[in-house]
Amino acid sequence: MNKSDYWKENLRLVAILLAIWFAVSFLFGIILVDTLNVIRVGGVGLGFWFAQQGSIYTFLVLIFVYTKKMNTLDRKYDVHEDK
Amino acid sequence: MELTTLTYLFVGATFALYIGIAIWARASTTSEFYVAGKGIHPVANGMATAADWMSAASFISMAGLIAFNGYGASVFLMGWTGGYVLLALLLAPYLRKFGKFTVPEFIGERYYSRTARIVAVICLILASITYVIGQMKGIGVAFSRFLETDYDTGLYIGMGIVFIYSVLGGMKGITYTQIAQYCVLIFAYTVPAIFISLNITGNPIPQLGILSTMADGNTYMMDKLNLVVSELGFNEYTTQVLGSKLNMFAYTLTLMIGTAGLPHVIIRFFTVPKVKDARATAGWALVFIAILYTTAPAVGSMARLNLMNTIQTGPVGEVTANIEYDKRPGWFKNWESTGLLKFEDKNGDGRIQYYNDKNKDFAAKAESFGWKGNEMVKVDRDIMVLANPEIANLPNWVIALVVAGGLAAALSTAAGLLLAIASSISHDLLKGIFKPQITEKQELMAGRIAMAGAIAMAGYFGLHPPDFAAGTVAIAFGLAASSIFPALMMGIFNKKVNRAGAVAGMITGISITMLYVFQHKGIMFIPGTSFLGDMSPNWFFGISPNAFGCVGALANFAVAIGVSKMTAPVPDHIQHLVEDIRIPAGSGGATDH
Repeated sequence: MNKSDYWKENLRLVAILLAIWFAVSFLFGIILVDTLNVIRVGGVGLGFWFAQQGSIYTFLVLIFVYTKKMNTLDRKYDVHEDK
Repeated sequence: MELTTLTYLFVGATFALYIGIAIWARASTTSEFYVAGKGIHPVANGMATAADWMSAASFISMAGLIAFNGYGASVFLMGWTGGYVLLALLLAPYLRKFGKFTVPEFIGERYYSRTARIVAVICLILASITYVIGQMKGIGVAFSRFLETDYDTGLYIGMGIVFIYSVLGGMKGITYTQIAQYCVLIFAYTVPAIFISLNITGNPIPQLGILSTMADGNTYMMDKLNLVVSELGFNEYTTQVLGSKLNMFAYTLTLMIGTAGLPHVIIRFFTVPKVKDARATAGWALVFIAILYTTAPAVGSMARLNLMNTIQTGPVGEVTANIEYDKRPGWFKNWESTGLLKFEDKNGDGRIQYYNDKNKDFAAKAESFGWKGNEMVKVDRDIMVLANPEIANLPNWVIALVVAGGLAAALSTAAGLLLAIASSISHDLLKGIFKPQITEKQELMAGRIAMAGAIAMAGYFGLHPPDFAAGTVAIAFGLAASSIFPALMMGIFNKKVNRAGAVAGMITGISITMLYVFQHKGIMFIPGTSFLGDMSPNWFFGISPNAFGCVGALANFAVAIGVSKMTAPVPDHIQHLVEDIRIPAGSGGATDH
């Protein structure tokens, strides 16, 4: 249990979450928007929905998942505050 | 009650509230002035961050841009929320662990260099001042409508109020006031949206309203809007892009990394008690921001639909289907008097024709109706949110509420930004570098004088804003994105980046961005000095000046890493400092040095 393992696990978590961050905004909302727009949700294309709604909801989930996972990780490596 | 009376009542009551809170929580020490003494709960801090963050650009300007750019305006929605993910994952917890007052302080210490600190101060001031200019535009629009004066007078009055308000408070006062301002602004934003969504689609939740069918039929609301705008030659709402897909990509990225590099937002994460709280604060801030940001697409699209339907009351081409100028609604007259809405009866028929005369196919068709060009010669996008409840015929108290909300948004952000400018001048430049021996009292005084100077400068540029409020603000993001964010991120994630690398990187990044903005928008935004002209054929790969910050940021990263490889390595004690920042344990309250 050392600090460099803690840092590596942290980096891996950040990388996964940022991949999702990129996918819902840049990929679904911009690059693939026309393709996704073929799927319709209530009068708008799915790509449009991701660009104006879906990406924001996903961002929220990402931050809370990160906060929760990091708090667990802090304890696992015994680097948390107020010991 | 009369609209004017109601507006005075709402604005007066909310202002009394803010000033009351500011006096009650008045800062007496530098620690309270800069970071509220670090004792603020994550939810409260998240709410204050949201108010700090959501400015005139978000409240007043963004829905207007959405209304006219449709899908293309998604860059603002994604860009101004996605940055919080970067902030939470890459910066906030580490900067909190580091535990100092200001962003330049971190950069100065991590890169063991006073030069780095000074460069950071300059970048910070450039970004913040540009940002305040954007706020001033919004404040000018709100006051001119509220007091029924022209835009310039509105701006002067707004400057006076910002001055009194932010110079007094400091961070502690600002934080509590911002919580009140958040409540006012979010209420003011969502109430009319709920009414309008209910009117148009029958669904009271705006986020679902945009996915619903019209209240009076089976067509989806968005399909209807697409039809209405394309019938008049405008681009289809849900598919029109902003420039190009590449420009949208760059724009979104710039706004995201700019969010994570803006000092007045980062300072927020110094105000929480623990590293754990810094992570949570980013999440809570985004919750409160998302309430407005997911409502904005509904406000924008429905305002556009109402606007089009007000002017074009029946089938396109029928003479009586265009509203008569003499019968124009009250809101139209009110906005005409601010100079932000202009009508010109080009074909002299006494009716208003509003269509896209730049669309050649449609312009030819319009000619056959006897139309001689678009007669709505000026529709300032920034008026849409304020005009929206009037266009939708909502009760007067809702309109008054929106004015109060717009002012809350503009004031809270202006105050936060001015504080960031003040702290970087008084704390970083004066106390940190030039005159370390000054007392706390003198430092506070210097901070307040710096705020006053910044207000005057922003007001001057506010008279000739380079763009709509949101556009001006976007330039500020470009500057922050290209200078501060890369320096902070590398400071935490790359132990090898050294003093020379960081300084060279920041200078390269911000220079590239500024040069690009100035060559297209004028030197210091002065009209007529843009030597390349602000038009898309002259843009680098079609990337607009507002979206260029991410290119500057890439250059910053590349130069910093390259220069670091060629110069002396980072000393051991700094490497240990970075290792220490990376783990939460042992974080104390923020300390002065």
